[in-house]
Amino acid sequence: MSYFVNEKGYYGDFGGAYIPEMLYPNVEELRQNYLKIIADENFQEEFHHLLKDYVGRPSPLYLAGRLSDRYKANIFLKREDLNHTGAHKVNNTIGQILLAERLGKKRIIAETGAGQHGVATATVCALRGLECVVYMGEVDIKRQAPNVARMKMLGAKVVAATSGSKTLKDATNEAMRDWINNPVDTHYIIGSVVGPHPYPDMVARFQSVISEEAKKQLAEQTGNGSPDYVLACVGGGSNAMGMFYHFIDDEQVKLIAVEAAGKGVDSGFSAATTYLGKEGVLHGSRSILMQTHDGQVVEPHSVSAGLDYPGIGPQHAHLFKTGRGRYVSVTDDEALQAGLLLTQMEGIIPAIESAHALAYLEKMNFTGGENVVVCLSGRGDKDMDTYMKYFGL
Amino acid sequence: MNRIKKLFAEKKDILSIYYTAGFPSLDDTLTIAEELERCGADLLEIGFPYSDPVADGPVIQESSKRALDNGMDLKTLFTQLKELRNRVNIPVLLMGYVNPVLQFGVENFCRACAEAGVDGCIVPDLPMVEYETLYQPVFEQNGLTNIFLVTPQTSEERIRKIDGLTSGFVYLLSSSATTGKNLQVSESTEAYFSRIADMKLDNPTMIGFGINSKETFEKACAYANGAIIGSAFVKSLDAADIKGSVQRFMRQFREL
Ligand SMILES: Cc1ncc(COP(=O)(O)O)c(C=O)c1O
Repeated sequence: MSYFVNEKGYYGDFGGAYIPEMLYPNVEELRQNYLKIIADENFQEEFHHLLKDYVGRPSPLYLAGRLSDRYKANIFLKREDLNHTGAHKVNNTIGQILLAERLGKKRIIAETGAGQHGVATATVCALRGLECVVYMGEVDIKRQAPNVARMKMLGAKVVAATSGSKTLKDATNEAMRDWINNPVDTHYIIGSVVGPHPYPDMVARFQSVISEEAKKQLAEQTGNGSPDYVLACVGGGSNAMGMFYHFIDDEQVKLIAVEAAGKGVDSGFSAATTYLGKEGVLHGSRSILMQTHDGQVVEPHSVSAGLDYPGIGPQHAHLFKTGRGRYVSVTDDEALQAGLLLTQMEGIIPAIESAHALAYLEKMNFTGGENVVVCLSGRGDKDMDTYMKYFGL
Repeated sequence: MNRIKKLFAEKKDILSIYYTAGFPSLDDTLTIAEELERCGADLLEIGFPYSDPVADGPVIQESSKRALDNGMDLKTLFTQLKELRNRVNIPVLLMGYVNPVLQFGVENFCRACAEAGVDGCIVPDLPMVEYETLYQPVFEQNGLTNIFLVTPQTSEERIRKIDGLTSGFVYLLSSSATTGKNLQVSESTEAYFSRIADMKLDNPTMIGFGINSKETFEKACAYANGAIIGSAFVKSLDAADIKGSVQRFMRQFREL
């Protein structure tokens, strides 16, 4: 069985390009060119040069000693939090900005939830001197104020999405509307493995550097490049797909994707998509999404803005449906506690998104000595406000 | 001859009106349809609301949200439409996004359309390839046609394909835009409209998105068989006086 995209843009039952005609020319242009451009030697050279000297890759694979003692397993952290701009998101924006340049685009738009993708997009636009507009839900603008300021300082225009739940889904709607209204010269840098084909595949390829490095690093450190488990949090699913990518065909490696349960999966305030969702179409692809009987998208909830999304990327839907990946969830409280635990045991303050992946370690039963890689997708600076309120700091 | 073919055979300067089912009030759907026909509308596009209408501007976003808050869903709409053909004679299209159709079931949806006397659909985010392979047979069994959109950026090859897939009309957008913008007819828009006219398509054409006045309607009619008004009409609806507000709006276009 293939877990990757086929020539029609599908992963099993999921994927495709469910877009209005207004978006077709741009998406089709991307589809026809992305593989060619990415494979180009000059592109690869520039991409890897920037990842190395600008982003600071490879990011370390760190064996967390005290956490390992606690869980009786070897817990390796893939340190995406140490990337320039503080999260994995920049791997994708570097790739897409180079691609946009090669397509002759002059203006960049993006959606953002936690603001990490917005910052990563604003950063590469500053780097290359391109105009940048970032859509962000009004609610997220409030809870991620430091990132809003960073984007502005980087020269981006931040536009508030005021419809619906005023979070990531609505910011994505607004970015799509912008692209419809600016059909020439604009490239939409989607921040996760969602959207119409070829986005999920393109973003996964750019993020796949995470597992490419991790596999090598693990082999160097342990003599075996195949861990027993890899774990990552899932909003749309880009850090998880990057973390899974080079392990997907190695069926001995168990893939664990951690969704945000919010206040509890059945509380009505949750973003646990695979548990609560059904198959359907959202933001241009067929996948699994939280929806009513009538196909109306249900507003999700998570303390973590980056996971506050009612869908997952189509490749994740496929990994879920085929059973290749295990999709689980942890609550707001569990994630925040795991964030504090990592901080106090390893001296690393994680993004609340990443803390979801860490929280699931508490629920696993290791027999002893397993190798476990957790994607530490981002750092917690942007979340200090939430941590301060929650822990009364 | 079906209702749509008959309309285009008999009339020009066709005026099509879009509105959202269940807005302003849940039960206004047929009242509006009936009054529009009485006031001279030639074709109706009844929108079934969706929570995330990416191709729509603020007016239709708001009417969709209000309709959903009022409790509109496809089941309710089809219950309302049982009365459609007792009250309305002009052709009717249903317009909306694909996810509600998927959840209702494509077969069920098409059958319900046929039973209600609906003539066709516009589903902007249903891709042509999916329509061709999965939907077209079911649509055709139920006597439904599907309407596709065309923008100035749509290639000639694609327009030909669309022309072959539909038996209603080709829906021309004056520019690539979300609904509710102002129609601007620039030189390049004129060149695009003439390019389409020169293609001598099998199907008639209608121009939509951004038609909001008699002036823009007439401009559009110069290049196509008619035009479609959506946001401007939806905005003009007065919940306290549905019939009156429909009449006032239609008086701009038709003598009452
Ligand atoms: C640090 C971090 N991790 C994870 C995510 C979730 O996105 P994805 O599931 O695409 O990795 C975000 C999104 O903003 C993020 O900032």
